[in-house]
Amino acid sequence: MDVLYFAWVRERIGLPKERVDSEAATVADLVAELSAREDRYAAAFADLSALRVALDQELVDFDAPLAGAREVAFFPPMTGG
Amino acid sequence: MRVVVQQEPFDFGAEAARFADGRHDMGAVVTFTGIVRDLAGGDLDAMEIEHYPGMTEKALTAIAEEAVARWSLGDALVIHRYGRMAPGERIMMVATAAPHRKDAFAAAEFLMDYLKSRAPFWKKEHGRAGAGWVAAKDEDEAALTRW
Repeated sequence: MDVLYFAWVRERIGLPKERVDSEAATVADLVAELSAREDRYAAAFADLSALRVALDQELVDFDAPLAGAREVAFFPPMTGG
Repeated sequence: MRVVVQQEPFDFGAEAARFADGRHDMGAVVTFTGIVRDLAGGDLDAMEIEHYPGMTEKALTAIAEEAVARWSLGDALVIHRYGRMAPGERIMMVATAAPHRKDAFAAAEFLMDYLKSRAPFWKKEHGRAGAGWVAAKDEDEAALTRW
């Protein structure tokens, strides 16, 4: 699946998008997998209450199942308007 | 209904006039525009707005559709820019048309409340003292509960 990062999450991880092959069952499992990779991921995902996640461009909770998802995006709370 | 996400500036007057023109059954049109606000002391060089292409259009369309359905609007318009903007530049606008003004005002406020916290835009301020991401405010999230 494609994993996208926006705003300070993108800056902290150091890239806007990457292809991830994962067997993770839920978003939270994917976060744990990424966090274990490198410090920059662990730093970006340190406080999940400061993050939002979208599956295929729809906002979901971190316990959402990943089955069938093509695109996962992590970003801070939105500040439009 | 029209939802536009673009980098270029938009002509607020022309957009408002075009939106309001030629309506016979809609007695009220409300427009709102958001402007890049300078920091105290004129310290802001630029506001940079990042967005999530694809999801942005989907989220704004869903929010506008909900407003149209809820207040029986004759029409709704949302224009939101991304990229780098100077203080004083217009970031976005909404317009709503309804038979009566209460519905037009309420729908415009609903649009603003929802697009602040549910449309994937992020603001970064570039100032004399450095750059920083604008944090979401608790009150913006709380504003959604009134709808």
